[in-house]
Amino acid sequence: MFIINCPYCGERDHAEFSYGGEAHLVRPKQPTELSDDQWAEYLFMRKNIKGIQYERWNHSHGCRRWFNLSRDTSNDKIHSVYKIGEKPSE
Amino acid sequence: MSNEYRLSSGGQINRSEIISFKFNGKILYGYKGDTLASALLANGIHLIGRSFKYHRPRGIFTSGVEEPNALVQIIKDEAKTDPNLRATQIEIYEGLSATSQNCWPSVKFDLGSINNLFSPIIPAGFYYKTFMWPASLWKNVYEYFIRKAAGLGKSPTKKDPDMYDHNYYHCEVLIVGAGPAGLVAAKTAANAGKRVLLVDERPNFGGNLNFANENYNKINELAPLEWIKKTCLELKNYKNIKILNRTSVAAYHNYNYLIMMQNLTDHLPDKDKKGKIRQRLWKVRAKKVILATGSIERPMIFDCNDRPGIMLSSAVRKYANSYGVKCGNNISIFTNNDDAYETAITLHNKGIKVKSIIDIREKSNGSLPKKCDELGIKIHWKSAVIYTEGYKKINKIHVINLSKDNSSVVGNKLKIDCDLLCVSGGYTPAVHLYTQSGGKLDYNEDKHYFFPKKNTLNQMSIGSCNGTFGLKNIITESHEKTKEFLDIKKTEQFSILEPRSGNFENIWLIPSNKISGKTKSFVDYQNDSTANDIKLALREGFKSIEHVKRYTTTGMATDQGKIANMHALGIISEVTNTKLGELGTTTFRPPYSPITFGALVGRNVGKFFDIVRKTPMHNWHEKYNAKFEDVGQWKRAWYYPSGKESMYDAVQRESKAARSNAGILDASTLGKIDIQGSDASEFLNRVYTNAWNKLAIGKCRYGLMLNDDGMVYDDGVTTRLGENHYIMTTTTGGAATVMGKLEDFLQTEWPELNVYLTSVTDHFATISVCGPHSKKILEKVTQNIDYSDTNFPHMSFKNGLVDKINCRVMRISFTGELSYEINVQANYGQSVWEKCIVAGKEYGITPYGTEAMHLLRAEKGFIIVGQETDGTVTPVDLQMDWIVSKKKYDFIGKRSLYRSDTIREDRKQYVGLITKDPKEILEEGAQIVAEVKNKPPMDMIGHVTSSYYSPNLNKSIALAIVKNGKKLKGKKLYIPMPNKTIEVTVSDTIFLDKEGKRLNA
Amino acid sequence: MKNKYSIFSLIKNSFSYHENWQRAWRDPEPKSQYDIIIIGGGGHGLATAYYLAKEHNLKNIAVIEKGWIGGGNTGRNTTIIRSNYLWDASAGLYDHALKIWENLSQELNYNIMFSQRGVMNLAHNLHDVRELKRRTHANRLNGIDCEWLNVEQVKKFCPIINCSPEIRYPVMGSTLQRRAGTARHDAVAWGYARGADAMGVDIIQNCEVKGIKRKGDSIEGIDTTKGFIKTKKIGVVAAGHSSVIANMAGLRLPLESKPLQALVSEPIKPIIDTVVMSNAVHAYVSQSDKGELVIGAGTDSYISYTQKGTHEIVEGTLKAIIELYPIFSRLRMLRQWGGVVDICPDASPLITKTSIKGLYFNCGWGTGGFKATPGSGHLFAHTIAKDEPHALNAAFDINRFVSGDLVDEHGAAAVAH
Repeated sequence: MFIINCPYCGERDHAEFSYGGEAHLVRPKQPTELSDDQWAEYLFMRKNIKGIQYERWNHSHGCRRWFNLSRDTSNDKIHSVYKIGEKPSE
Repeated sequence: MSNEYRLSSGGQINRSEIISFKFNGKILYGYKGDTLASALLANGIHLIGRSFKYHRPRGIFTSGVEEPNALVQIIKDEAKTDPNLRATQIEIYEGLSATSQNCWPSVKFDLGSINNLFSPIIPAGFYYKTFMWPASLWKNVYEYFIRKAAGLGKSPTKKDPDMYDHNYYHCEVLIVGAGPAGLVAAKTAANAGKRVLLVDERPNFGGNLNFANENYNKINELAPLEWIKKTCLELKNYKNIKILNRTSVAAYHNYNYLIMMQNLTDHLPDKDKKGKIRQRLWKVRAKKVILATGSIERPMIFDCNDRPGIMLSSAVRKYANSYGVKCGNNISIFTNNDDAYETAITLHNKGIKVKSIIDIREKSNGSLPKKCDELGIKIHWKSAVIYTEGYKKINKIHVINLSKDNSSVVGNKLKIDCDLLCVSGGYTPAVHLYTQSGGKLDYNEDKHYFFPKKNTLNQMSIGSCNGTFGLKNIITESHEKTKEFLDIKKTEQFSILEPRSGNFENIWLIPSNKISGKTKSFVDYQNDSTANDIKLALREGFKSIEHVKRYTTTGMATDQGKIANMHALGIISEVTNTKLGELGTTTFRPPYSPITFGALVGRNVGKFFDIVRKTPMHNWHEKYNAKFEDVGQWKRAWYYPSGKESMYDAVQRESKAARSNAGILDASTLGKIDIQGSDASEFLNRVYTNAWNKLAIGKCRYGLMLNDDGMVYDDGVTTRLGENHYIMTTTTGGAATVMGKLEDFLQTEWPELNVYLTSVTDHFATISVCGPHSKKILEKVTQNIDYSDTNFPHMSFKNGLVDKINCRVMRISFTGELSYEINVQANYGQSVWEKCIVAGKEYGITPYGTEAMHLLRAEKGFIIVGQETDGTVTPVDLQMDWIVSKKKYDFIGKRSLYRSDTIREDRKQYVGLITKDPKEILEEGAQIVAEVKNKPPMDMIGHVTSSYYSPNLNKSIALAIVKNGKKLKGKKLYIPMPNKTIEVTVSDTIFLDKEGKRLNA
Repeated sequence: MKNKYSIFSLIKNSFSYHENWQRAWRDPEPKSQYDIIIIGGGGHGLATAYYLAKEHNLKNIAVIEKGWIGGGNTGRNTTIIRSNYLWDASAGLYDHALKIWENLSQELNYNIMFSQRGVMNLAHNLHDVRELKRRTHANRLNGIDCEWLNVEQVKKFCPIINCSPEIRYPVMGSTLQRRAGTARHDAVAWGYARGADAMGVDIIQNCEVKGIKRKGDSIEGIDTTKGFIKTKKIGVVAAGHSSVIANMAGLRLPLESKPLQALVSEPIKPIIDTVVMSNAVHAYVSQSDKGELVIGAGTDSYISYTQKGTHEIVEGTLKAIIELYPIFSRLRMLRQWGGVVDICPDASPLITKTSIKGLYFNCGWGTGGFKATPGSGHLFAHTIAKDEPHALNAAFDINRFVSGDLVDEHGAAAVAH
């Protein structure tokens, strides 16, 4: 039931967006050079944080742009919204 | 009409409009404005139903949403019947028919009440302790009877004919509750120009002020009803306020998102309901929310406090003042506060005899008790009701003095005759919505209630739901706090008259002169849980409130503990010697009061359950008798039976025609993504397993897409339209997710790539024409295309025209036949399709559906993603190593192909199967073993993914995924079916035209 | 020895007005040291402690629970029990549990009201039919009862399902596992707690774990709100909060914790005598012994520990319910709630050792852990006691995410699986 402030469109109901998981997990540039363990770490292992999480959202029923936000997963409060490539404000 | 309990005057009912209704088959009368409860009481009827467990007689206890006892079934017919409705909320209408519930054969004589006799051996949680021996009796005896006893009312047995809908609403401030607090807040806000939504679950506004005694309560010199009327009129004149009655807020979600249900027609006579929406669900986003949800009067907990004729004091006052109904002729009142005295005075003034007031307090310095004393009503101070008599209706109370510390009783008991006992245990703020929103509670140790701890930025509570009592406090607080909350400067002055109120004293469980084991002091009336049940739970170690609640079922009835919860908590706190504030409450869960599934669902059922996606040629398919298959939201032509032809025969005919003459398939549902930009080739390199930079303009290539876990995700043909321009096709089901995934990678992982994606699935109609005559048909239909093999070889594309319409023609094949795909702008789809049909007539062109398409591709061993694959299959498993580039540095999924499990040689692999008996068609999904055993378990080494009878090969063929399948070619395997075992031989996956000659036939 | 529960003990106790019943379990303060500490007092955790004590003769065990036992997903789920899983590893695991369920009331001397009224999984399109038949065949050859019903048989077995071919996604058939059913969720936690307590297990409620103390690659103990407790072995059975505990130990798990919602209607007289699940239209329903329709919704897509999901999920579920059972439209939702479910990428659980010696995890049950409770506890107890997995949970090791040998149950899973 969030309201998400899309950095491109403004405040919209959460139903317009889709969730894209933990943010700032950079896909390795050279996957073939990773061990199975390291690859599994990237592919599957997650912090799954209870507290402030940096996460990806897509305005899938709007501008279709991906962006990041920080949200407290213990109360669903959104603290900041920022574009891909930007740093969170806090 | 009899109405012997109707007062000669008074009430907000319309005495000129008499309404007849039925209760348990008997015709009764009431007035417009009555609730079912008030009308029944006017007819002297208290006994409404039976409790859940002991089937004890139960009467009307309250006058509103908190009613635990008076539940009825409304019956119109098998489709329109509503179980578990509260008689206190049903507004009567002409034709209303209600019955009692959970009783057989009747509410007056209920065989289930035998449970009451067994009550000594069936305390809380008894079922956990028994019915275990012998185990064999559980299913057919014990469980059978337990389940038979389940439930209260009955479900309809026919489809609901009523309509429901949804409404979305945005406002600056939502005010929940239109009692005095809500009305003052609404006026303050509306007057300052705020966009206000004011809602109340009741038909009339004013809340409890509606039945306040007008001699003791005045606002700005006006009697309560006059003030309410005036305020409501003023509110209606503001353009910036929307007012909804009969609208209950069900849920208060995060970010001020509230769900409300509005009842639109339930109160109307049947003839006026027709064609109207029954209920409407409102989804409200409010910038700010003001909760003015009021408070709920508490009962008193003492031995046999559950008999019909025991009612909340405020309810009795309301029935008298608002409905002109007296609930009894010989009344006693049991209280711990001054509010009940207002009831006494009101009744007395209406000529109803109030015989005695039993008050647990030593005294009260309030003005109302003093008045009662003056009126000659006998007040038993420092006393308690400890028992009641009367099975189906109370006829006597036992009264006794309380010890100094209220922990026991002293002296001799006094028996008082009565036909009604009003109980008043003080008021509990209705904090349900506040806590749903995440608000925390504080406990007031003096006044014994939980109240909102603090108001947050976007919501606040006012009035008695905030723990503010007394008319003056409520009005002042509501006005002042609303001003502050909404940043309003204008002030209104109020002059309030209210009675001086005495102190409040609380006893959670009234002591008894009996040993406690012999008492039945009900806490949750509907579920029959008693104070002893709660004590038993605590004794057995169920310490947490939630444990006690679940073990005893207290608070889990249809009123969700509106009446029971506070006393349950109080008793726990007393027994465990824990402060209530530390004990906390159970969680209040939505909805505040029950809402119909119908309203929650709205119009989204039946034909609106899900959208239907149709191709541009859909009407043609329908006209030619196509049967359709659901693929995601798409309707795809499945097969075209001719006359009474069976599906099998139709598919065989279509498949044969496609290879011997010409077939035509509607392939418009395939996903289509337009890819443009200077890095388009590099992009494709990264998303597909094979290499793309060398694909010439005008050429087509098949691609396989993996997930990063290495498993096959999608496939399709992509065509290079220009230097920096491609069109990709995806599977029908995968179109949206592939598009999403590609966008994701492009925007977040590879922002350096200059690539633009556009979904064009719906923009093009795709017509696939295959078979030896396909070229001749295409030559007739299109212009400006040279179809010679040298100019237009397999896996290439040409732009052309169909008359004046631009088209793209790809020479690609999913059937293994010479085959062309015509893509035209979607709105020309059907006309081009029809042109092909006309042009192909002389060649015997035959439309074929998805089933024949699946058969034809299986003859060629082409996979279908999602049928041959299930998210656990790699391209290597599919024996498609050829499409996995070894040279490319990376592509999505590449790394995962080299993990210890994915590089295993003996993984499950894609193979063909030939049955020993060529007529035997395997079942898709059947499991394969190498060795048959007499009985399970057997080692399964794979399963059949696709299976058909091939009309072109005259034998059955099947595709399968089999462990180590690559090495099993020629080996015999077995398929144990329930009734037989089928022998198969592992074969190549390509059954027809291995050399691919037909592509150029 | 605890006093035995029976109709006779109820009658006997009625003479003393039930004032002499013993506590179902003690309420001890934590000792300074335990041989094994189980973090999480849900059904799985309590069952683990029970089997550690019963089958491995270990007595110095504590179950540490942040809130009240059974208060997490054990007390929030829709209590469906079945074992008709696709893959051998899953079928083995869940049928192991189902076999224990069948005698659990007697074993625990606590009636957990296991009701074998059958579970149906409906098919609504050709893909469903193919996948469900595949599952039915696999179950049969694994020795698990499961049968395929055509539309007429569906209608006969559960007449109130709307089997009209005119609906948007018509019912095309169904699987039926007759041994499957439901149980009383609270009773499972309570029964195991009572049984474990009787064997000396300390059940410590209202005690939150604040940290895990490690020495190199082994465990020294846990910091809790009731102080430090020494131990060499920790079994974490914390469901949605598994990652929180893992993070304390410096581990990451392949989990995401998401809201899952459920709801009940007001109680009505018996109307549906089986459990019906539908994957394609996302709804499942059964009727409780109280008469409430118990309806499960799906998960939200995002991580949240709030125990609250979005309204749209509930609405979407009810939409499917009304499509399949148009007669339920006038019934009313009495209560809705949410839980936090920990989901693995392959929709299968973890019952596993970790890279830290003495630290074990049992998690990732996603939307369907309740059905596994007895089996999960039994196998996890084995894994902890022997420091190696039982044959039945070897496939559920965390290393499968490294090797790629996943147990992908997405295909066979309904909304809750």
